[in-house]
Order: sequence, then structure tokens, then C-alpha cells
Amino acid sequence: MCQVEEDYHEPLQRADPLSVSKKCVKCKEGTAAVVIRAGDAFCRVCFKEYFIHKFRAMLGKNRVIFPGEKVLLAVSGGASSCSMLRQVQEGLSQNAHKKLRFSPGIVFIDEGGAVGQAVEDRRRAAAELQAVFTATGLPFVTVPLEEVLDLPSSVLAAASLVASGTGAYKAAVGDFVRSGAAGCRTSLDPERRAPADVQESRTRSLQQLIGSAKTLTAREDLLSTLRQHLLVHTARSEGYSKVMLGDNCTRLAIKLLTSISLGRGAQLAQDTGFSDSRYGDILLVRPMRDYSAKEIAYYNRLFGVPSVFIPGLETKATDKSSIQRLTESFVTKLQADFPSTVSTIYRTSEKLQTACRSSSTADLCDRCLLCMCALDTAAENASAFKATLISEQLSQAQAAGDTSVVTPAPKEHESAAAIGKRCTSGAEDCGNAASGEGCCSSAKGAESSDLRSLLCYSCQLTIRDMSSVERLPHYILSEAQRRQRRSQMREEIGEFLLDAAD
Amino acid sequence: MPILCSNCIDKRAVLKRPKTGHSLCKECFFWAFEEEVHMTIESAKLFKPGEIVGIAASGGKDSTVLAHVMKLLNERYNYNLELMLLSVDEGISGYRDDSLETVKRNQQQYELPLKIVSYEELYGWTMDAIVKQVGLKNNCTFCGVFRRQALDRGAIMLKVDKICTGHNADDVAETVLMNVLRGDIARLRRCTAISTASEGDGVVPRCKPLKYAYEKEIVLYAYFKKLDYFSTECIYSPNAYRGYARTFLKDLESVRPSSIMNIVHSGENLSVREGVKMPVQGTCNQCGYISSQSLCKSCVLLEGLNRGLPKLGIGKHHRLHDKILSKEPLTEREQRKLKSVDF
Repeated sequence: MCQVEEDYHEPLQRADPLSVSKKCVKCKEGTAAVVIRAGDAFCRVCFKEYFIHKFRAMLGKNRVIFPGEKVLLAVSGGASSCSMLRQVQEGLSQNAHKKLRFSPGIVFIDEGGAVGQAVEDRRRAAAELQAVFTATGLPFVTVPLEEVLDLPSSVLAAASLVASGTGAYKAAVGDFVRSGAAGCRTSLDPERRAPADVQESRTRSLQQLIGSAKTLTAREDLLSTLRQHLLVHTARSEGYSKVMLGDNCTRLAIKLLTSISLGRGAQLAQDTGFSDSRYGDILLVRPMRDYSAKEIAYYNRLFGVPSVFIPGLETKATDKSSIQRLTESFVTKLQADFPSTVSTIYRTSEKLQTACRSSSTADLCDRCLLCMCALDTAAENASAFKATLISEQLSQAQAAGDTSVVTPAPKEHESAAAIGKRCTSGAEDCGNAASGEGCCSSAKGAESSDLRSLLCYSCQLTIRDMSSVERLPHYILSEAQRRQRRSQMREEIGEFLLDAAD
Repeated sequence: MPILCSNCIDKRAVLKRPKTGHSLCKECFFWAFEEEVHMTIESAKLFKPGEIVGIAASGGKDSTVLAHVMKLLNERYNYNLELMLLSVDEGISGYRDDSLETVKRNQQQYELPLKIVSYEELYGWTMDAIVKQVGLKNNCTFCGVFRRQALDRGAIMLKVDKICTGHNADDVAETVLMNVLRGDIARLRRCTAISTASEGDGVVPRCKPLKYAYEKEIVLYAYFKKLDYFSTECIYSPNAYRGYARTFLKDLESVRPSSIMNIVHSGENLSVREGVKMPVQGTCNQCGYISSQSLCKSCVLLEGLNRGLPKLGIGKHHRLHDKILSKEPLTEREQRKLKSVDF
């Protein structure tokens, strides 16, 4: 009754009492070891086959990983990403049926600094994971999150999209086979395997940055943005073209609902789809998106996949402390009553796409500064965004120089940025006594409202929750200034430009 | 030191706006609320001068405030609309007859003509009788489907050009969440539209002037304006699936008040991949109402009720539509599946 496509053809059955000697429903020979869905009992062998098949089918159906390509595996130490590591490792082994043909490397981002972990705990967790990585035989690097403070602003430059159709995949396969299928061993900088302890001052800067976001929701959002930037930068600097993330179906269903609640409807396909092409030259893929958290947990236990638990920002947080945490408890509770919830949400996410307003080689100015997705803040008539701007305007005293209150000011979405600009010039008395931004008194208010014009709807909300934007890493602030200068330039010469290309 | 209103900076603030968090005095709040509804109507071009508009009134807070604001704005800004009240009697004793009294009071207060259509006269079934047959789990489906058609039929009887309903921002956000949870991609695409398409006979276009107003603000407005309304939960609604989405939304609002608008914004900016199968609009072969199948949903539900097979219509049964149209009897097995289960 909770699903549109639900069919009621089967008569109601009496639930079979669970018996220990049940047979596997697939091979009908072995004794059942796991029950995946109600009524589907699998034996160990069939379960392993089913699990591996799903991974291969996911990669094979979306032909984006070319043979011989360098792929970076982002492992956080959690069950999903360690399971993904094991799948890749098994797929590469010599006796695998149809061996995987790409060259992987591993990256582990140590976020202990942002969460406030003690140095010994960080060292211990990193050492455990390093042991796991060494056992796989694949090259790996450990990157502390503090390195995000030193990133170059080229991270935020959208490199040109690598357009590739199905023809490109076949051509790549052909090339690989012809070159003798030489499996090139990638090498990552060996010094970065176990970096020396991070300086305390940098950890403190990072903590101050995260702490400048006042709500846990904004902190989570900021942390995941910084983590993604660091991942992309690591991939670029080490020469990798694809990054594999270990998000599973349950986590992606939660992410979908969270994204909707944060206002990221336009970017849903990129946030939760199989491949995420917002960075242009680096493609993020999610091969584990078909597995529910339950299946991964069973597999890890039955086949001894090691994983290391590292506490995050939301560990032991209460249900209502953040939107992410609230959505997680909502989905898991609903799943208990309606077992098809997660898979239905997953199917919904498969049917979405990114609304592309401008051309595919999007102008830099059309992309959000933080999340690098296309901007969705064109305040069209009769839209929710316009309605929020109108509400803001109607609830505050009008700035000096505005026309009568009955007719709205011609460009409302300029109101925040315009007020900011007028204040920095210092010439006019703003008259905005009770304005939420307090833009009269400090230049930093002007800065944050100026940043907003460069951000998409949900990143604006995150910045709004921050007490000061000065703590943002240097690369973000300098890129913001560069974009503003460029758009000012464009305004000056707008009438002389023949086409909109950047 | 009393807090001053952030708009006029003159009078004492008596309330905090749930939508933006600003503190406002009574008059500024009224003005802001009415102004926002006016701008929604203007920017979406909901009405044309000279139209006859039916206000769907249930006696609850949304429709009472809607009637009040529509009358006020009609006079203040000269929309030149002829307003009427339209109400639906589902036949839920103890709930609907009380709220209908409120509607009759509204009619006298605002001096607007009123028409009441009832399920009894349109379909021959009241909700009480339906619940006796169907149980407490799927009854909201029946009520919702029947009410939509009842509104349209009433509108045609009154000869109105448009209907406006009191759906607020919370309702739209709940609907977006519910459609994601149910996987209903077709409805997900349409549900954030502020007005329905206006093609076809037997269909009156519908719009939601209060689409961007928070439910809490509607209550605040009614409270300070001393508007009288009937406020009880429908007695048959506790088990509806929508309840889950509603609790979730309330929790979201308590964490971050802008969540409601964020969800509406997300819903408006969703885009569906090409190649996803969408239903095509046609007409029902039996009653002529708009439908995407050969039989419209209310005909199917009615058929099920009349034959004592209440599960016909819950779930996908369009294979049986042809059988129903040609009035063939259903087989023994099909009958057994469609009979009601213990509740």
C-alpha cells in the first residue's frame, strides 16, 4: 500500500516458521546461511556469488571504467569501503573469472583532527588501516584532512569535461588488448604512506574552521565538501582519473532524503547517482550503490573482511541534532516497518537527472563555489527561492533609497549583495537597524553576503550558519575573489561580448 | 527592554515569524503575510479579471484563512473576481458535520454564496459506510479520490472558472517527501506546480495561493485576526502513510525552520531523466472524467465498493478494467483476493 507499483497477485501466505535446516533457494542443496530478504535464504557459496556478481554487473553495466585506467579507491575504514576494497582485490586476483582490468590505488583521509580525536587514537587507527592496506598489496596513501588548508585554488577550477560515449569504451578496450594487457602497477608516493604526525597548530586551525559552523548540519556539510575537494586533489596530483566511493544503498537513500531537505533538488542525480562528473576530469563513481547495509554486514562477517571503526562528527549524536542524523533514524525506522523503503527510494534516484541550464561546458561563474554543481538560484517568478527572498524583504525595514513598499524593488535577489556593497563603500547610511546580517558594522558581513551570490541554494544555507567566513581555507576565499573580479569585468564589457562563452 | 518590530521599528514585537525568525508586531505581520500571498498570485498569474473563483472550504484553518485573505486582497487590489465557497461533505459523523457549521458561519461572515456537495448524493456512499467495508488502513485513498472528483463536479454545478484550495507549504513539502518514499515519479514531477493544467471538459483548473505560506504562520494569522475555525484531526486518518512523512517534516522543521521551503525548492528543481515511462492523460470510458487508464480511479473504487470487493482499486489491477467495463463477472480466485482482510 505504500508503493505505487505494488502488485497484489499472490494470495496471502502463512509465514513459514524459521527452521535451522532450510535449504538455499538458489542451488537448493547447501544449507542456508543468510536470509537477505524475507523468504530468500542463501547458502555461503551462492551468497558470495550473488555479492560478487552484483559488483561486476554494476561496473559492467555502466561502462565508465576503462581497462588499464588508474582508479583511486577512497576507503574510510568503514564496512562499505572495506568491502569494496575486498571486491576489487578479489577481482584483480589471477584466478578470478574475467579479471578486472584497471589499476587501483587506495587513499585514506584521516579526519581525526576535525572530530577532536586524540593523537594516539589517530595514530592507532591509521596503523590498523595501514596493516589492512599492506595486506592487499595495493599502493596506498594516508592524507590527513589538515592538508585541505593548503590546497591550491585550481581544485575549484572546472577542468573541461572528458566527453566519452560508448564508442570510447570499445576503443579503449581495443587499445588495451593490443598493448598486451600489461597490468601497470601504479606507484603512490611511498613517503605519504605513514605521514608524520600533523602539527598541532594546523589541527587547531581545522577545528576552528569546522567550529565556525554553528549547527551540526552545517558542520557535516562543510566537512563532506572539504573531504571531497581533498579527494579530487589527491587523485589529480597522483595521476588518477577516477575515484571510487563506497556509498551503499542505505546510505544513498538517506543521502537522497537529506539532499531534498537541504534544498539540493537540482543536484540530486550527481549526489546519489552512479557517476558524478561535476569535477570534469575526475569522475566519482559509486559501485556499491546496489548493496544494502545489511548485505554488506553479512558479507563482511561471513568472509572476514577487516574494517576499522573511526568515530565521525555524528557518532553518538542525538536524533534531532542534525538533519543528516534525523533522516538516518527516520529511514532506518521506516525500513523496519516497510522493508521495501530503501529500494524504492533507490529506484526513484535512478530516474532523476541533473537539470542542465547552460551548455555542458558550463561557465565557471555558473557553478557553485563550494559544491561545484550548476547554480539553481535564478529567482524566477513564482518559485520557492523568490518567495523566501520576498519574505526576508518584507520582514525587515527597507534600506534607504528604496521605492514605496507596495511595489517590490526591481531586483530583489540583489538586496543582500547590494546592501553589502553599499556598506563597504561606507558612503550611505544603510538604515538597516535590525538586519540579520549586521552588514553596517563589519566588512565581514559584506563578505559573507558577497559569497552568497557565488553559491547554490543549499551551500548558501551552510554559509549562513557560519559565524565568520574568514576561517574558510585560503583557496576558497581567493577563488571567490577571483570570480567576483571576473564577473565585474564582464559587467563592464557585457554589451560588447558577442557570445556567452567564457 | 522590549523587542521592537523589525519592520516598523516602532511598535513592540508580539510574535516571531516561523519562516524567517524576525520579530514583528501584529500589523506588520498581517501586512507581510497578505503581501506574500498577493505576490504569489501576481507572479504566478493565477487569476484573470472577471473570473468566477470557487474557494474550496472545509472549515479548517487553511480554508478559513484562504477565504478571508482572498476576499481582502480581492478588494484591496481590485482583482475583479467573483468569489464563491465550495464545500464537500464526506459523511464522517462527529467530524465533518461540525466543520460544515464553520463553513456556514464563514458564508454569513464574508457574504459569499456557498454550495455543499456530498458523497451520499454523488456516489451513494458516505465515508462511515466505506470505512465499515474497507477498514482503517486504506480509507484515505477512497476519501481523497472521491473528494477530488466531488470538487470538480461541484465546481461545474456552480459554473466557476477556477478552484483555489488552501494547500500550504507544509502540505506541498509532505507531498514531495511522500512521493519520494513511494517511488511515484510521475506525481513527484507534478506536485510542486502551483496550478494544474487547464485542458479538457469536466476539469476545472485548480491553484494554491497559499503555497508558500507556512502552516504555523497560517495559525498565527488566524489567531491574531481572531478567525474562527474547526481544528480536529479526521478520526480515520491515524494510520495513513502520510503520517510518517508529516512527523518527519515536523522534526525537520524543529532542527532547521527553513527545511520546508528547502523541500519545496528541491521539488521545483527536480528533473526526470528522459525515457522514464510517464502516464498519458485520457478520459474514463465509463464516466468521462479525466484518467490515465481506461477506467478512472473513482469508478474502479466504486465498482469495488458496490460489489463488496473493497481491495479492487488498492494496488495495480488495470487488467481487470476491461472486465469491469464489459460487466463480466470476476472469477472465483479474483474475488477471493479482492475481499477485505481482517483489520
